[in-house]
Amino acid sequence: MNTPPKAIADTSTFLDDRLGAGRFLKRNLRKVFPDHWSFLLGEIALYSFIILLLTGTFLTLWFKPSMGEVTYSGSYQPLVGVRMSEAYASALNISFDVRGGLLIRQIHHWAALLFVAGMTVHMLRVFFTGAYRKPRELNWLIGVGLLTLALLEGLTGYSLPDDLLSGAGLRITEGVMMAIPIVGTYITFFLFGGEYPGHDVISRFFTIHILLIPGILLALISAHMILMWVQKHTQMPGTGRAETNVVGAPFYPAFMAKAGAFFLFTFAVIALLGTFAQINPIWLFGPYTPADISAGSQPDFYMGFLEGALRLMPSWEINFWGHTVALSVLIPALVPMGIIMTGLALYPFAEQWITGDRREHHIADRPRNNPHRTAIGISGIAFYGILWLLGANDEISANFKVSLYSTTIFGRFAIFIGPAIAYLIAYRICIGLQRKDAEVLSHGVESGVIKRMPNGEYIEVHTPAAQDIADHMRGKELIPVIESGVDGEGIPPKSARTALGRLRAKMSEAYGTDRVPFDGDGHAHDAGHHEEEHAAVGSGGDHKQLH
Amino acid sequence: MIGTGISVNSITARRRHPLARFAVVALALGLLGGGYAVAAPNGSSADAAIASGKADDVAQGKSLFVAHCASCHGLNAEGSGKAPTLVGVGAAAVDFQVSSGRMPAADAGPQAPRKPLADWVTPQAIKDLAAYVQSLGGGPTVPSAEQVDPAKGDPAKGGELFRANCIQCHNFVGAGGALTYGKYAPPLNPATPTQIYEAMITGPQAMPVFNDSTITPEQKRDMIAYITHVRSQVDPGGSGLGRIGPVTEGLVAWIAGISLLILAAIWITAKKRRAKA
Repeated sequence: MNTPPKAIADTSTFLDDRLGAGRFLKRNLRKVFPDHWSFLLGEIALYSFIILLLTGTFLTLWFKPSMGEVTYSGSYQPLVGVRMSEAYASALNISFDVRGGLLIRQIHHWAALLFVAGMTVHMLRVFFTGAYRKPRELNWLIGVGLLTLALLEGLTGYSLPDDLLSGAGLRITEGVMMAIPIVGTYITFFLFGGEYPGHDVISRFFTIHILLIPGILLALISAHMILMWVQKHTQMPGTGRAETNVVGAPFYPAFMAKAGAFFLFTFAVIALLGTFAQINPIWLFGPYTPADISAGSQPDFYMGFLEGALRLMPSWEINFWGHTVALSVLIPALVPMGIIMTGLALYPFAEQWITGDRREHHIADRPRNNPHRTAIGISGIAFYGILWLLGANDEISANFKVSLYSTTIFGRFAIFIGPAIAYLIAYRICIGLQRKDAEVLSHGVESGVIKRMPNGEYIEVHTPAAQDIADHMRGKELIPVIESGVDGEGIPPKSARTALGRLRAKMSEAYGTDRVPFDGDGHAHDAGHHEEEHAAVGSGGDHKQLH
Repeated sequence: MIGTGISVNSITARRRHPLARFAVVALALGLLGGGYAVAAPNGSSADAAIASGKADDVAQGKSLFVAHCASCHGLNAEGSGKAPTLVGVGAAAVDFQVSSGRMPAADAGPQAPRKPLADWVTPQAIKDLAAYVQSLGGGPTVPSAEQVDPAKGDPAKGGELFRANCIQCHNFVGAGGALTYGKYAPPLNPATPTQIYEAMITGPQAMPVFNDSTITPEQKRDMIAYITHVRSQVDPGGSGLGRIGPVTEGLVAWIAGISLLILAAIWITAKKRRAKA
């Protein structure tokens, strides 16, 4: 047996004796991670965050978070001699006079967009596979908190350069704060240090952006990762997979190599965008003055849904005991955000209440196998997406030659009708996909072999589905339904006697009832027949339509 | 078939050919159009007069006006239900509208778009038309080449004026923007310095007038210097993405960024150790 060199052996023994590192590593390096492309989506956000920390540190070396007025004398000609804030001048300086500054600024901004986009797709993956279920509800809540903080981090970040476009966002922020009843004006004066825009907001946002929120983000991301590590990752259903095991590759070396490669991919994509696609060209926007505003002023994409809500809202306001309540600002600022974030936070608990399911889940659902959840999620995407789209309604109007007012009117209807249509379509698609699974399980797949029977009939030979595919499909888990049935004497159980109880029972039945049940050996009940072969000609074509 | 050459049957068959109806329509249209081209009066006499330099600008302009503008603006530019009077709009308005292709208008939409010039719209024709309209009641005149020379302006000063006066409709680099009721502020990129100046002094379509007491001629030249400088500038950060701000940036982040990363994720996880069944 080889003994390690003395230098290595001594160092590791030293560490081992003091930290217990060896035992910790031995146990954790072999931790198994399940393999599915969608499990890497969260890593986009994680790696973007690392890139944000590094590039952000670079930017702080030159950025001056001050609203003091200076006259620009840098190398961007069309602004030479213009009076501007020190923050804007230093951001221009980073862009034009610091070596590599523009590239790092662009990488920072693209990484910010991919950070939020990565979080969004990761959250959708977790939602649609039901990976937020017990025991992972707390980690889900941490995730919702992370997403909310990321929006705030983005807002404070893109306000820092103090350019004209970010100033428009700042003005809207002020308007929203002003619209808060009773305390609005006080909060605004507190944040801006007096009358808008004042001289304090940039330095305050700077502290919030580089210290406070990143600190909380870092802590929450660590907690998110530790919880994931301790609770183990969910896995998709498949051969040999159970609630009690995790099938996949060990952390060291396989998963570590894959994760490392994916970090490099993320870095590559962000660097590619930062090099070839211009982002936030502050020199084109000009310095901020509260009197100026540009056509086509939009926030970064993650704030787009709030922008859209503001643009759709009719100009309602009410007068309450001599105080104006600006519903036209309050509703779009708070209601969509409230619906989306509160809805996300409460969903795991609402689902538990409806299904009465208190079991632990380590096998993820395929989205089709919980059609109501999937439909609710798609409906939420439609709600968000319509607001997001309408946040750009002036660009749509200008570039596609549509009347601006038509887009607004369309949006006012679509925001209610769109999610409902999306719900119905998504639900039907889920049921259709389940039927397809049932058909594959009961009839196998078309082999492409046409056989002529002794009586002259042509049939296509079907072969059973491959084992791994069949196992993946059979992994469908039934959604529990709470007991609501009447007993022998026609008396419903105690919990279902109140109005709320009856509603719960009804919702539970709708949510949990399996529309396309498989029987014991994986065959669908409603498949009608169990022939192994299908007629290839004649009536056989119509035959398939029955499913 | 009987084999005697052309038979009644074969004519009938051709008549019933699926393409026969199109052939008939094409023939009819060709005859009609050709006949009109031969019989209709043409503008060659006016062109000949311009070429020989016999007619003076105003008279020549009037004949062009009657041929191309009078159906909407009236025979004496007095206006009609369809179009405003042109008395007093000045040569600058004519030069802007006609040289940018907005007039003669294509249709009665919310706003006349910039379009390629018709064959008869030559610099001389525009000058004649402008002279005629100027003769009707004065108005702003076409600026001199020196007045609109970007090289003589100060782009930094012009930028400040541009941000204060123009970008709320035209966007921060003049990429254009939407207005109410189907109107829009057009992109400034195709506009010549002269057209930009004329637009400011005449206020075409939905645009307000920025007369010389609001913005002095020197300031207008500064603004032209800024607009032309910024639009010809190479984007230092890569592709400008249409220079319309975060909308296209968001699209690129999702369509290019997230798609590439999802493809990478699928590729990385495609090879996996299979569990033994």
